[in-house]
Amino acid sequence: MLRVQGLKARIGDREILHGVDLAVDAGEVHAIMGPNGSGKSTLASALAGRETVEVTAGSVTFLGQDLLALPPEKRAAAGLFLGFQYPVEIPGVANLYFLRTALNAVRKARGEEEMDAMDFLAVAKEKMKLVRWDQSFMTRGVNEGFSGGEKKRNEVLQMAVLEPRLAILDEVDSGLDIDALCVVADGVNALRAPDRALILVTHYQRLLDHVKPDRVHVMAGGRIVRSGGPELALELERGGYGGVAPGHAEARAP
Amino acid sequence: MSQDAIRELTEQKYKYGFVTDVEADQAPPGLSEDIIRLISRKKGEPAFLLEWRLKAYRQWLQMEEPRWPNVKYAPIDYQSIVYYSAPRPRKQLGSLDEVDPELRTAFEKLGIPLVEQARLSGVAVDAVFDSVSVATTYKEKLAEKGIIFCSFSEAVRNHPALVERWLGSVVPVADNFFAALNSAVFSDGSFAYVPPGVRCPMELSTYFRINAENTGQFERTLLVADEGAYVSYLEGCTAPMRDENQLHAAVVELVALPGSQIKYSTVQNWYPGDAEGRGGIFNFVTKRAKAMERAKVSWTQVETGSAITWKYPSCILQGDDSVGEFYSVALANHRQQADTGTKMIHVGKRTRSTIISKGISAGRGQNTYRGLVKIQKGAAGARNYSQCDSLLIGDTCGAHTFPYIEVKNPTARVEHEATTSRIAEDQLFYCRQRGLSEEDAVSMIVNGFARQVLKELPMEFAVEAQKLLGMSLEGSVG
Repeated sequence: MLRVQGLKARIGDREILHGVDLAVDAGEVHAIMGPNGSGKSTLASALAGRETVEVTAGSVTFLGQDLLALPPEKRAAAGLFLGFQYPVEIPGVANLYFLRTALNAVRKARGEEEMDAMDFLAVAKEKMKLVRWDQSFMTRGVNEGFSGGEKKRNEVLQMAVLEPRLAILDEVDSGLDIDALCVVADGVNALRAPDRALILVTHYQRLLDHVKPDRVHVMAGGRIVRSGGPELALELERGGYGGVAPGHAEARAP
Repeated sequence: MSQDAIRELTEQKYKYGFVTDVEADQAPPGLSEDIIRLISRKKGEPAFLLEWRLKAYRQWLQMEEPRWPNVKYAPIDYQSIVYYSAPRPRKQLGSLDEVDPELRTAFEKLGIPLVEQARLSGVAVDAVFDSVSVATTYKEKLAEKGIIFCSFSEAVRNHPALVERWLGSVVPVADNFFAALNSAVFSDGSFAYVPPGVRCPMELSTYFRINAENTGQFERTLLVADEGAYVSYLEGCTAPMRDENQLHAAVVELVALPGSQIKYSTVQNWYPGDAEGRGGIFNFVTKRAKAMERAKVSWTQVETGSAITWKYPSCILQGDDSVGEFYSVALANHRQQADTGTKMIHVGKRTRSTIISKGISAGRGQNTYRGLVKIQKGAAGARNYSQCDSLLIGDTCGAHTFPYIEVKNPTARVEHEATTSRIAEDQLFYCRQRGLSEEDAVSMIVNGFARQVLKELPMEFAVEAQKLLGMSLEGSVG
């Protein structure tokens, strides 16, 4: 589904990614772990097409397409979803309206019929159950005045509505208390499907206790330095990043 | 005489004849008492109105064009303007296919219905539907309730007493330079009177007014809501409006008698000029309402057009417990300059006012909010809340805020909040990651910013205004 080869990218003058290789197949859940500053979020941004991240080398194919040739909205239409570490507020734009506009933009790009307000409301209500949400959140501005946990739940809700083929969740677990973490994890688990892949970008093992990954990768210094099965996450839990990513001993997983 | 000479001669004659014909319907350029007498005579006006015009003209001569607005433009030569031309029907087109494709594209994007498109672009609509009969139906409905709604000229002819009583009662002849000019030479406009206790059953808009064409560059509007009456009035439209006259100086007066309510909504989309600002309309407007006891006046405006906007819809809160509201979205893109805001003059006790102003600047646009909240000595317990927000798109535009507050009564409460923000890269990326194009993302963010104001507009107007905001910003990002 996703093939990343030799990906290099920089922000401003600084090269952050020094050649990343990654392969993700349909139905798989991958976890990308690593200390702060290892390039995890930059990788997520580069895949989603953020303009502040400049790709300087390498290739990315997604469902047979050259992903790097597409603007962000085309990548979204192709089925790529990025759950933001810091979801953005858009004051005055109702959450429900934003969601419907996004869904219809994606449907339109795929040549599907747009969904009218009534049909959409039914879909949205169904999906809201996933994150145990009531309707009051839907009439508020997008993330406007939401708590950290509410914002993350909103990301999961958006993912559920947009039904992407590949979802990259950038630290969807950060800043969550244990209850919110369970809600988010349950939402993510509900979206696991044979034709869908997930990439969880995280610092911590604790999300992986709730969402079992098929593959775990460790990023350090702008590269993937080690890959393995779920047991790798447990190893990190015990030994910190020092053991698996030499030179990064200062960054210990809690 | 050779054949050629004969032809030359006949052609010449024809040419002159043609010019003479035009002259009969058009005054020479320039302004003088004679021209004003000519205007008044041509329109068959009563003596009081001629006197009123002359008084305005004499005072105008003593006045100076205001220099304080935060706008720049080349000097206007008032003696080169033609102040009277007979109303001419617009050139009628056979079908929509003859309409400028650029205009059609704008119509489509705004979602304006076909029939409406035809009317706006001057296609003979009778073939599509009978607009006159629709208008007549509405007129009959209004007449049943005793509501008068007609062109200003008709009002002068048919209801001179009402015009004489209220004209200039809110905006005096010599109020300001442009209002005085308008008072001297105004061409036509709208008049409405709603009798005591009557709730006007529909939104009044020039759409339903017969003879609405060609109100010209000096438009005059007078609305009177008698005691306990209610009226909602819509002015302008979202479709792009072009006009051969660059200077527009309109006056709008609203009289809200005790217990009445007037809601006045404007969407202004005059030609803003090209990307360099050439050729756009100068829109210098005086709009003011006087609210008596317990009366309420709401101004809502969406200003996206004109090269220069100079406009401060205001409320004199004369009566005790009267209420004034001002909701505004002003957008300045390319080289547009907008200096707009409101004045809330609290005279009566417990008068209340609300000001919500949303300025959007893009390109090299300059957007200025200028507002005055004045609490007079007798206005015990008066309250005002003002909120002025500015949104910047790009880094070559400007937003300016000049709030003036004068409080002469210690029991008054005045609150002012202001914010300035910028459309951020992360907001755009967030929207685009969810599948929205950059243009749609900007439009959505801007509409969210303007929501507090847009929700005050009548429903169908609001939908078009939303699309208009997005369209006016096309190409402003990236």
